[in-house]
Amino acid sequence: MSYALANKKPEDNAPESIQAPIKQESTATGSTSVSNNERMANRMSIALKSKQTQSIVVGILSLCGGILLWHLATLYNFNFFINFENIPSPLNVADAFIGHLAEPVFYTHVFVSIRRILIAYGMAVLLGVAIGLAVGRSRLARAAVLPYIEVIRPIPAVAWIPLAILMWPTEESSIIYITFLGALFPIILNTIHGVEQTPEVMIRAALSLGANKLQVFWHVVLPAALPSIATGLAIGMGVSWFSLLAGEIISGQYGIGYFTWDAYSLINYPDIVVGMLVIGGLGTLSTYLIKVITRPALRWKELQR
Amino acid sequence: MNTSVVSIQHNLLQKHRQDSKERGHVSIDSVGISFGNGPDRNIAVHETSLNIEPGEFVCILGPSGCGKSTLLNSVAGYVKPTTGRVLVDNAEITGPGPDRGMVFQQYSLLPWKTVLENIAFGPRLAGHSAAECHSIARTFLAMIGLSKMEKRYPGELSGGMQQRVGIARALANYPSVLLMDEPFGALDAQTRLMMQESLLDIWSEFGTTVLFVTHDVDEAIFLADRILIMSASPGTVIADLKVELERPRQSDMATSDLFISLKRTCLQYIRAESMKAFEQRECE
Repeated sequence: MSYALANKKPEDNAPESIQAPIKQESTATGSTSVSNNERMANRMSIALKSKQTQSIVVGILSLCGGILLWHLATLYNFNFFINFENIPSPLNVADAFIGHLAEPVFYTHVFVSIRRILIAYGMAVLLGVAIGLAVGRSRLARAAVLPYIEVIRPIPAVAWIPLAILMWPTEESSIIYITFLGALFPIILNTIHGVEQTPEVMIRAALSLGANKLQVFWHVVLPAALPSIATGLAIGMGVSWFSLLAGEIISGQYGIGYFTWDAYSLINYPDIVVGMLVIGGLGTLSTYLIKVITRPALRWKELQR
Repeated sequence: MNTSVVSIQHNLLQKHRQDSKERGHVSIDSVGISFGNGPDRNIAVHETSLNIEPGEFVCILGPSGCGKSTLLNSVAGYVKPTTGRVLVDNAEITGPGPDRGMVFQQYSLLPWKTVLENIAFGPRLAGHSAAECHSIARTFLAMIGLSKMEKRYPGELSGGMQQRVGIARALANYPSVLLMDEPFGALDAQTRLMMQESLLDIWSEFGTTVLFVTHDVDEAIFLADRILIMSASPGTVIADLKVELERPRQSDMATSDLFISLKRTCLQYIRAESMKAFEQRECE
């Protein structure tokens, strides 16, 4: 009996103790309104969670539907304007993928691509952030660098391939160069944007607190630019994969892009799709990693009301 | 251990209070400030001279666009006077510095630093050790009554709290002059009154010279020892009024005869200047 009593009014007791220090005169109506609020909050969080599950379920169903359509199109050799006669079915692709997981050379392809990304992207981050900060802070640097950015930025990485092969001593270095170029510009532009967004009043405040130019840069300009730099890093990662693939398709002996193009040359159609899906997966994963790595530096932004 | 840190801080504050009787003399010596050249030249401040004694609380009052913020910025060192010079304790101002604390109207705390780090920022730049910086910052946090907020980020605080932290941050350098540019202008009326009272509390404890820019007549009378009224553009000081209300100021003084007659005088000046500014704009 006592168990039932204690169990009956838990939510009426809890809010009163929360309310007491805030309001001296905690009336009956006051406490019910709080418990109502809490119930509402609970209901809302449950509703939110069920909405999230709903979205996930719909997403999975939609994906399955797409794969089913693909399967049907290959099964019945769909051929009306677009042609599925030579397209591998989802099952063939899955078979091929599982087969490759047992081959060491497949891992070499993936490893070589990742190594190129690490080198090219790493250099693009160092140089891109440095150039972006300089251009954002100094009028002279801006005047000197901006024309290059305006001219080179619109040229897609693929268009660089012939020149890159002529310029660089090895195929490896030309592929890395192309990948680097792809990542560089989003990083530069977002860094410039971030630096320019620094509120003038914060710089003035720091100066009045005794900061010199370097300290203003380190304590004000750089942190103010970080959110925008982080965006640039994520975009740059995506573009670097895109550029890497373009480079690998044209030249090289290893790499997931080479693997994909080689499969086409060898009329090994399921492998084309395996290559494409691996590229997509690696691109998504690496962009996600960049977001996770940059998140701690942006914690203050999440807490803003 | 903890108590010794507090007592050191207390001594620093004590020492500052003694010094503040001699520190914080501001002299504005025929300062004129204009922007641009040729026909676009815009005179913001016209030949202004004034003297502010150590420990004085002075409000600069004027219609919007009269150059009162520009004049304050020349004391802060953000703006270089076109003619004349600004002296603080006989040293000419050539740029911003920690001897003149600044509080802005807009929120200017660094949002990526916690409340404690924001207040400790000045002492840290001055080269104090980390432990010292934190104990200085905690002294001022206690002074503004926000000790519990030290680990919060500015974005989590209300506007009034942010401005209080802004005041504490400026004071943590023990400046000889505190410069305030409409610091409560963005706050709602209720918070504003509270902030004025707590500013006076802090000032009575801290005893530094304050130069406070506002366009609110009540605010100026409630806070100041002296009110300087500025004319419309080009701005210059046209009246220098003593506020004889006794301290500590109480909110009910706002209905006293002295307050009301001062308010009438101020409003007459301001109205005349606003009309002039309005006509000038019409003519352009």
